[in-house]
Amino acid sequence: MATETTRPEEHAPGGGGEAPDERVLLETEGVRVHFPIRKGFRQKVVGQVKAVDGVDLSIRAGETLGLVGESGCGKTTLGSAVMRAREITGGRIRFRASDGRLLDVSRLGPDDLRAYRREVRMIFQDPHASLNPRFTLLEIIGEPIRVNEGLSGSALEERVAAMLRKVGLRPEYMRRYPHAFSGGERQRVSIARALALDPRLVVADEAVSALDVSIRSQILNLLQDLQDELNLTYLFISHDLSVVEYLCDRVAVMYLGKIVELSETEPLYAAPRHPYTEALLSAVPKPDPRLRGGERRIVLTGDVPDPSDPPSGCSFRTRCRYATERCAAEEPPLREVAPGRRAACHYAEELELNGVV
Amino acid sequence: MRAGERAAEAGGAPAAQAGGAPGAPGGEVLVELRGLKTHFFTDEGTVRAVDGVDLEIRRGRTLCVVGESGCGKSITARSILQLVEAPGRVVDGRILLRRGGADGGPGEVVDLAGLKPGGKEIRSVRGKDIAMIFQEPMTSLSLVHTVGNQMVEAIRVHNDVGKREARERAVELLGMVNIPNPGRLVDSYPFQFSGGMRQRVMIAMALSCDPGLLIADEPTTALDVTTQAQIMELLKRLQRELGMAIMFITHDMGVVAEMADDVAIMYLGKVVEKGPVDDIFHDPKHPYTRALLESIPKIGHRRRERLRSIKGIVPDPANRPAGCVFHTRCDAFMPGRCDATVPPPVALGPDRQVRCLLYGGDGGPAPGAPDAQTAAPEPTPESSHGD
Repeated sequence: MATETTRPEEHAPGGGGEAPDERVLLETEGVRVHFPIRKGFRQKVVGQVKAVDGVDLSIRAGETLGLVGESGCGKTTLGSAVMRAREITGGRIRFRASDGRLLDVSRLGPDDLRAYRREVRMIFQDPHASLNPRFTLLEIIGEPIRVNEGLSGSALEERVAAMLRKVGLRPEYMRRYPHAFSGGERQRVSIARALALDPRLVVADEAVSALDVSIRSQILNLLQDLQDELNLTYLFISHDLSVVEYLCDRVAVMYLGKIVELSETEPLYAAPRHPYTEALLSAVPKPDPRLRGGERRIVLTGDVPDPSDPPSGCSFRTRCRYATERCAAEEPPLREVAPGRRAACHYAEELELNGVV
Repeated sequence: MRAGERAAEAGGAPAAQAGGAPGAPGGEVLVELRGLKTHFFTDEGTVRAVDGVDLEIRRGRTLCVVGESGCGKSITARSILQLVEAPGRVVDGRILLRRGGADGGPGEVVDLAGLKPGGKEIRSVRGKDIAMIFQEPMTSLSLVHTVGNQMVEAIRVHNDVGKREARERAVELLGMVNIPNPGRLVDSYPFQFSGGMRQRVMIAMALSCDPGLLIADEPTTALDVTTQAQIMELLKRLQRELGMAIMFITHDMGVVAEMADDVAIMYLGKVVEKGPVDDIFHDPKHPYTRALLESIPKIGHRRRERLRSIKGIVPDPANRPAGCVFHTRCDAFMPGRCDATVPPPVALGPDRQVRCLLYGGDGGPAPGAPDAQTAAPEPTPESSHGD
């Protein structure tokens, strides 16, 4: 577990990129994903939607990194860029393969790409949409094993049975189709499929958001058990701050395509350093009627700005209650504000922001 | 906000906050459900989606109906307005709406369960006495009409006003729900709004006839947390200003803690526990309520403590367990009792009720509320990790 690594991030991505840290499994460096806006008969490009706009992140082996933000902040796009389901338009993603080589994810050859896709797997949000209804569980979970390891027949069935047991499903279910299962069970199937090839990094995009509370806690417990058992690293993308706090070692907060704060989980929740994190935390409804009260909550006005036309300077300034003229003129860089903590706010040191305790 | 405070000071908010204390009688009952049963007659058999629900919705107060998917909370809400679609039908029970009489005058009581789903009478209730908003506003708004035209139509159905006056009312309502620049945006189409703004438009529309009850079916579930916070604040302010009752359907215990005066917990078509919000959160009685509260990660708590989970899954509603519907997943399951007897409602206080044999109801051991305290098992996280 990465919690014992309390040293600051001296591997600071973007700071030259030399001497990459051995603990870092995946690193993004100034990653950009821009989508062109086309108009007219000639489909002329008239603008860019900057879905992800210069993201530096590193995921350490064995940790769970949470990526939180509201819809449209670019968290899912960043996740699919990591999966190489989407090509990046700038920057670099590097991955430490199991054989020790450092792979440049956007420039992988066919063999390396296959290796990469064995080591990095994904769990999706909607277990009803992400499983093929015409395949049995044996085919769904067995396909990646068959393709990558060439297993078939009873050897394949044994592997699938072992995977099903691992995620808490009965091996006898192997020949059933997804429709026979509830949402929670289907999510277990998705997890089994993701883990079938012994991956090292699992990208979970809103993996528990569609589940009912009682089922959600089962899946969260399962994800933790599997992490301990298989030494997995998770990139956990979610909008649910309570779940992220519960599961993640470190948290990155995204707003309008950029990381605005990055920190270990506990300090971030106890004392956020970016006004957006503060507002986000205060907006989460607390399950205790005695904590009700208007004072505590910061209600953000308006909506997230249009990502094709972000505000000048700090992108959060239009909704920030601490914004000054400097915020409109100068874009705050994501900088180290305390050991192991980064925030993109000019006033990160001066503001006394409230967390949740 | 300011207008709301003024209205509240001027006495415009009757009894809205009066019921904060547990056990306080609260406002007058506006809608009362008695033994409501809504069944779906499918090829596979009868699904008893709502199976004997008793609820009271009081003027000026918020009732939150909580439960997981398939527990019947939405169908209960839709039954009130006779909006259940075939093959579903309200088969039994009464839905009593008190009309008029808010200012002490004589009112009348209408049984909505007896009205024809497509009939004139229920249509005069919809929107006028009881309005409803839904989870996904885009599915309830017309794509091809401007927001203003849709609102004008709704206003003119129930009020005898001209177009111009209705339009003025629409602009006023949009301002009331904090739509910026309502005079201009009244001529916009729904797709030009963001999710939060659309939900505001829905609320404005629902308020157009000044309903006594607003039914909100998961109105914030599809929204981001910051937008959700805005909508919750808005609903609370409007309730203070207008004194309407709110029936709020949700699965999110955090939202319940923020919004509710009274809470009803539903499981498989039955209300298993109900009471004032503070009692439900700080003194939950039913094993299901307890398990629900313990299975949610709470923000601001230490992480990595194992969550409690409820074992198994919700049974198929077409194939319900005998006896107590929760007994297949309950940690306090008593063989021979829970699987044999349907627990009757046991009153634990003036507004507090639970359906669980731990608190008596079948003549077995540990009857009565006082003993129930000791009989109720303390939740033991070790023993309860699902599968």
